[in-house]
Amino acid sequence: MLEQHLAILPILLPLIAAPIAFLLGRGNLSWGFATLISGSAFYAAIQLLAVTLSTGSLSYAVGDWPPPWGIELRADVANAFILLVVSGISTLVLLFAKESVEKEIDPPLRPHYYTAHLLCLAGLCGILLTGDAFNLFVFLEISSLAIYTMISLASDRRCLTAAFRYLIMGTVGATFILIGVGLLYMKTGTLNMLDLAGRIDLYDSSRTINTGLAFIMVGVSVKLALFPLHMWLPAAYTHAPSAVTAFLAATATKVAVYVMIRFIFTIFGTDHVFSEMRMDIPLMVFAVFAIFKCSYMATVQSNVKTVLAYSSVAQIGYMILGVSLVSAAGLMAGLIHIFNHALMKGALFMAVGAVFYRVGSVDVNAFSGLGKQMPLTMAAFTIAGLSIIGVPLTAGFVSKWYLISAALEQNNWLIAALVLVGSLLAVVYIGRILEAAYFKKLPDTVDANNVKEVSWLMLTPMWILVLANIYFGIDTSMTTEAASKASEWLFSHENSQASAHNVNTLASSKEVLK
Amino acid sequence: MNLWQGVEPSQLITLSILVPLFGALLVLATGKSPNLRETVTLTTAALLFSLVLAIADLTYQSTELRLDVIELFPGLSIAFNVEPLGVLFALVASFLWIVTSIYAIGYMRGHNEGNQTRFFFCFALAISSVMAICFSGNLLTLFIFYEVLTLSTYPLVTHAGTEDAKKSGRLYLGILLSTSIVFLLLAIMGTYSVAGTLDFTAGGVFDSSDSRAVLAVLLVLFCYGIGKAAIMPFHRWLPAAMVAPTPVSALLHAVAVVKAGVFSILKVMIYIFGLDELKTIATTDLMLYIGAATILLSSCIAMTKDGLKARLAYSTVSQLSYIVVGALLASSLASAGAAMHIATHAVGKITLFFCAGAIMVASHKKNISDMVGLGRQMPFTMAAFTIGAISIIGLPPMAGTWSKWYLTLGALDADKLIIVAVLMISSLLNIAYLLPIPIKAFFSPKPSSCSNSAASEPIPWHWSEVREAPLPMMIAIGVTSFCCLALFFYPQPLIDLINLIPGVSTHLSTHLHGDG
Repeated sequence: MLEQHLAILPILLPLIAAPIAFLLGRGNLSWGFATLISGSAFYAAIQLLAVTLSTGSLSYAVGDWPPPWGIELRADVANAFILLVVSGISTLVLLFAKESVEKEIDPPLRPHYYTAHLLCLAGLCGILLTGDAFNLFVFLEISSLAIYTMISLASDRRCLTAAFRYLIMGTVGATFILIGVGLLYMKTGTLNMLDLAGRIDLYDSSRTINTGLAFIMVGVSVKLALFPLHMWLPAAYTHAPSAVTAFLAATATKVAVYVMIRFIFTIFGTDHVFSEMRMDIPLMVFAVFAIFKCSYMATVQSNVKTVLAYSSVAQIGYMILGVSLVSAAGLMAGLIHIFNHALMKGALFMAVGAVFYRVGSVDVNAFSGLGKQMPLTMAAFTIAGLSIIGVPLTAGFVSKWYLISAALEQNNWLIAALVLVGSLLAVVYIGRILEAAYFKKLPDTVDANNVKEVSWLMLTPMWILVLANIYFGIDTSMTTEAASKASEWLFSHENSQASAHNVNTLASSKEVLK
Repeated sequence: MNLWQGVEPSQLITLSILVPLFGALLVLATGKSPNLRETVTLTTAALLFSLVLAIADLTYQSTELRLDVIELFPGLSIAFNVEPLGVLFALVASFLWIVTSIYAIGYMRGHNEGNQTRFFFCFALAISSVMAICFSGNLLTLFIFYEVLTLSTYPLVTHAGTEDAKKSGRLYLGILLSTSIVFLLLAIMGTYSVAGTLDFTAGGVFDSSDSRAVLAVLLVLFCYGIGKAAIMPFHRWLPAAMVAPTPVSALLHAVAVVKAGVFSILKVMIYIFGLDELKTIATTDLMLYIGAATILLSSCIAMTKDGLKARLAYSTVSQLSYIVVGALLASSLASAGAAMHIATHAVGKITLFFCAGAIMVASHKKNISDMVGLGRQMPFTMAAFTIGAISIIGLPPMAGTWSKWYLTLGALDADKLIIVAVLMISSLLNIAYLLPIPIKAFFSPKPSSCSNSAASEPIPWHWSEVREAPLPMMIAIGVTSFCCLALFFYPQPLIDLINLIPGVSTHLSTHLHGDG
């Protein structure tokens, strides 16, 4: 029975579990429960990916209301692939979070954290799985509100301004998306994505549709922190509790990238967005600026969390760059980087969280001498850092390879060169931290006996991600297969699938709407 | 060699990479007891050499050895393929590793270096990646292990942990990583997108229909991307790397690392571009003259250096460009000379570095101006230095003669008289900056008072106390100077190996035939 409800499980499980986690109170119970739920969502995601890899896509009508009237959940290779990342990272972060949260969040607020985390997970899974444009907005708000809460839980009061800033920016973004979806609804009278896709084709050059597209693109760009709309991100990542940052950096912006991909490829169609509206040009320009400006910013920050936050904005630039190449290869590079970047940033932020747990600061200077004091944590940081740089045999190299291949496929040598030069800046900002860790002495003010390796509970999830970085850098068959299938699916099905769907529903829905 | 009789031939490649790797781990495990650790290092080195000999034996019999490890990208694997040029380099590197290990034991103890376990660990790791570079079957594999080599030698460069070492380490990593990431990776991916393959193929992978302009750009990208070849202006990392302990400078920065660079260039020219194709590329001459300029300029810089290791480093920069020039002359003879220079320069330069280290350990002297009269205290070391210097200059009866001979023939063959002139002038410059050191050491009188120079020395010393360096170091110096001599009188195995490289030959007659 569960099998037929597979598509809704990743949303439903954490959504129901969230209030229960709150009721379970301050002890370890709420932690254990949340981890268990997240783990089962992960298991469901694995099943879902297996099903979609074999059958293509899976449609689920919520409450048995058939689309396009009811809400439809659609799982395909693309979103099942990202769902796997999101739920997997969520589980690992929760494992890691227990001790980190004990250090960074006041006892009465700890159940809030686990509740908000589960709500956020439910929201993110919802965004990924839903086949309904308005429903997507709803899930976006669920996850965003949960994120604002999580950021503001830190004991450092600066998190409040960071959360407030994100709240304002995030709400503006969400409102833009809502306006855009509203405009689409006004013109087409439907909210189901596939249905929308078919109808938008009918009104190709309509000003309403184009305005809707513009609003949606800007709104999503805020959410995914595309340069120059990224200003909320560094502050939010810096001041949020470590576990929250690790979760957000690896999942939230990636899901927003997915939303952009979905709107472009499934709803509006590449012809409309890229050939007619030439959206690829601004996307490419902003992506390149993101890579350079934010990588540069990362090299001059003194707080390691801020360094990594700026690095995230730059890495999002790589993903959008892949999308803006308008080819199956480019989209595939973007999708692979979503996966790989989640692995590296998750590991990096966990290592930083472990340092904060022991040293109580994440300033670059606070890393001095940690290579000797916390060898396993710093080794994890080093390997994940090499992956960010894109050294061969790490996951980062695979992303880079596919992105450059995609650029060279179009004879775009300039972009290929820019990508490579961009990765040099990563050498600088990662190298700075490693140099402090391995070449500077522990400051005299710090007692060497207090600064020791963190417990296995923090190390295990960190090292799972690190080993995943190496594994997926060597055996690329799984990521390549899933990403190439996903990008092919997005490219080829955008028209055929939509129109097939259209034929069935158009006539009937028109009658209803009249 | 009987040792490896039962082993599947293709597994010899795996073993040659894994043996030093396991050696490295064992070194780490036995770090507590230095004697055991050194035994591990020596045993590993000896095992590795016997393995490479077994591989070389198969190569002489023209047996093909291939190994696909794992498919990294669809259609693109980490793959190994043994060919004669790689065997030549592997023989040189693995043989000199044994010698250097013996030397390093004496040096590290004599010089009281810290972190010796890390030192021997990284050393073995570096050798493992050198072996992988030697036998790599395609550019992707070469690139991966090229990067591993850079990263594994970084801790060796910064070994001292001083501010100076850190600064040099930054320069080392900065230049080597950025050239390889930006230029080399772009060149490799460009090659892949143009030719559709990265396999090293006899005669090259490009065909005449490929765009000339793209090939011209690719050639420049390859030459500068392989930063380990130290073509100006990307040569600064090599003198900077001299802050490392002397065994590192000797094996890695005179043999393994820098030779990995020029080896890669040779390999790209022979197996990716192909010598015939290379002649038609517009930028070949440009890079050729940049290489020639590097030869002369760095020889001139070498003359201005008073630090012995710095002078040797600039001499290495100059000698590396011999090989680059040899490759870019796109003539079969010049390529033979370049390949031979990998071996002959290796034995000559390692001797010089060993001597520099011996002087440093025995007398704590680093500057050439302080070495006046030292020949009486360290006659053996200084004699070996003379042998190494003559080999580098390229005078009989030392090994360097042969490589310079073939390089010059190749330049004549390619009608590049300027290059012939450059090679001759460079020999004169070599004489000018290398020979005065032993001459002054032997024939100048002792300075009457050493107070001036001694004031700047951290450790006080007295002339009468200076003796030859510890025995292990002297053994190593003896072996390499003997090699300098032996390779002059008995270069046949080397020549046989080089003649097996497709398209490369040491026979002039065929050419005269062809031209006539």
